[in-house]
Amino acid sequence: MTFDQFLQYIFSGITTGSIYALTALGFTLIYNATDIINFAQGEFVMLGGLTAISLYEAGAPLAVACLGAVAIVGVAGIVFQQLAIRPLLKAGILAQIIVTVGASLAIRTAAMIIWGRESRPLPPFTGDTPIKVGEATILPQTLWVLAVTLVIVVALQLFYRRTLTGKAVRACSVNSGAARLMGVSYSWVVLLSFGMSAAISAAGGVMITPVSFMGYGYGAMLGLKGFAAAILGGLGNPAGAVVGGLSLGVLEALTIGALPIEGASGYKDAVAFLILLLILFAKPQGLFGGRAVEKV
Amino acid sequence: MRIRHVIFIAALVAGFAMLALVGCGGDETTTTTAAPAETTTTAVSEETTTTEMAGPSGDPIMIGAIVSASGPASPLGEPERAALLMLEEKINTVGVLGRPIKLVIEDDQSNPTEAVTAVNKLLQQDKVIAVLGGSISASTLAIKPITHAAGIPLMAMAASNAITADPIDWVWRAPPRDALAVGAALGYIQKTMKLTKVAVLSDENAYGASGLADIEARAGDFGLTVVAKESYKTEDTDLTAQLTKIKAANPEVIVVWGTNPGPAVAAKNMKQLGMTQPYVGSHGIANKAFIDLGGDAAEGVIFPAGRLLVPESFTNPEQKAIVDQFVTAFEEATGNPPPTFAGHAFGALTLLLDAIDRAGSTDAADIQAALNETTGVITPDGVYNYTPTDHDGLTPDDLTVVQVQGGTWVLAPQ
Repeated sequence: MTFDQFLQYIFSGITTGSIYALTALGFTLIYNATDIINFAQGEFVMLGGLTAISLYEAGAPLAVACLGAVAIVGVAGIVFQQLAIRPLLKAGILAQIIVTVGASLAIRTAAMIIWGRESRPLPPFTGDTPIKVGEATILPQTLWVLAVTLVIVVALQLFYRRTLTGKAVRACSVNSGAARLMGVSYSWVVLLSFGMSAAISAAGGVMITPVSFMGYGYGAMLGLKGFAAAILGGLGNPAGAVVGGLSLGVLEALTIGALPIEGASGYKDAVAFLILLLILFAKPQGLFGGRAVEKV
Repeated sequence: MRIRHVIFIAALVAGFAMLALVGCGGDETTTTTAAPAETTTTAVSEETTTTEMAGPSGDPIMIGAIVSASGPASPLGEPERAALLMLEEKINTVGVLGRPIKLVIEDDQSNPTEAVTAVNKLLQQDKVIAVLGGSISASTLAIKPITHAAGIPLMAMAASNAITADPIDWVWRAPPRDALAVGAALGYIQKTMKLTKVAVLSDENAYGASGLADIEARAGDFGLTVVAKESYKTEDTDLTAQLTKIKAANPEVIVVWGTNPGPAVAAKNMKQLGMTQPYVGSHGIANKAFIDLGGDAAEGVIFPAGRLLVPESFTNPEQKAIVDQFVTAFEEATGNPPPTFAGHAFGALTLLLDAIDRAGSTDAADIQAALNETTGVITPDGVYNYTPTDHDGLTPDDLTVVQVQGGTWVLAPQ
């Protein structure tokens, strides 16, 4: 493999990995606030892309369509929490997690009915002339996704560490009972987390649609890979989620490139999950998760 | 506590993965007998007309049909259903053997299990004398053993080669089989493009896998070598890794075998990577969706297709006349021009009724004998000749090779 080819594989991996990263970030946000694994996370990515397509086809300028889609899906995340999660608060975490599985199927079917079965495109934000780095090329759209992901991670860090609301959210994830005793409104924290998580995933969906279109069924695999990425990076650690997502994407691309057998691309999903299993055996908390120590 | 958490989550992931892989079918429940659309009563005489000039009377001839009107394959099933309903209305102005026909159309929701349920209902409850269907190869292969055991003719509307593998006693195919498309593509590469080193990028679903197997088996017959082969899942978002690996093998032409959206992503990625090799696709991209998705990248793509896509390519004036009638009638009934799949349904019903007419009866054995003697029946897909050993009926001449130019299709340069 020449260096240029290697670089191209890295770029391919970053393109898909950045969406895994944003999906993983979504998982992490909700998990941090509520200990719930939201298996409908991938569907928010899909909804973001399809909503942007609808707004754009209705005549909105591209920027308005994209930002509008993020806002709408953010609200959808809040609605989802109110309708699906909140009624089950008394039933416990397990019931809430399972309901997200059902919700993901319901959302997917609703999307199929609303938007039909075909994939649809969006125009790229700044054109699709690829940028050459040596002999390898990367699309400007991929750079957009990376830049926005970076901005989101930095903004999240500032939010958590410098703002009162952010500290309240962190307090709830450490000990929600104590936080409530200190006057933090737990239900608002949960609402906020679901809304932010849905909006972030929707942003990922909006940005990847110009590259690879969006259809009602895209959320399933994306959700699964995003979840694997979140585990890989350490569930609960936003930076870990991003690193996990990018690593997973690059690992998949390198599998195709590095395996000397023909038709290696068929194995790429298997290898990605295999690596995940190995990491979990060796370091169950993921790459960046702290050691799980309980003081007795 | 954390480890247990992780193990528990891993178990949930497995469950979730199974759900994700099963995918989702449509929620719409069954079927049909939609109100027939208003059409003018120009009688379409696609086969030899029947005896009576007055309207048909008597017990209707019950014919079953299974199409994927909902679910992922509905772009195939919906036009098929529309074509069948439109034809039923037209045919019933004269009838067959003096009797009207009654089509019972079931929706298998793109799910072979539902297709099996549907065919059992058609055979046992509706007592149909023949079945048309399914829209997808998976459903057709699922119902084939059942109609075979029941000794009822099945007119297949799907393309997988396996449909006309033994036993073929009770199944006849209307659309051109996949092997014809592979032959047309490879033949074009050999004779017109005069290239020899081929790389194949195929979808991992049944359609792509079957195409890949066929290409690998027959490349040698066309003097071609497969220098690289890679695959992708239908919803993969980026194929640059596969294409980079293919690029490294220095092929002269890239063959992409799959259904949307993969081939459109491949076209865009090839443009991004600056790959200048020609792109030869499969008949799975013979639709507007590929052009809409691929945009500029779709220009210049070449693929085999039925002649319906480029009406000027019809060399047989009789066939052109029939196609024009069909296109006009379909547009009147639905407001859209017919996609290739509507032509498959037209062909399946036409061939069946032609056989019933020649047999002079609706007895299964008589229909079987008549079908095996089918000669020169013309549909948009081509001119059919069935024999007891050939239940596909078409030849490579019935396909043509088209190219995307200016956002529409033209005949590929010869």
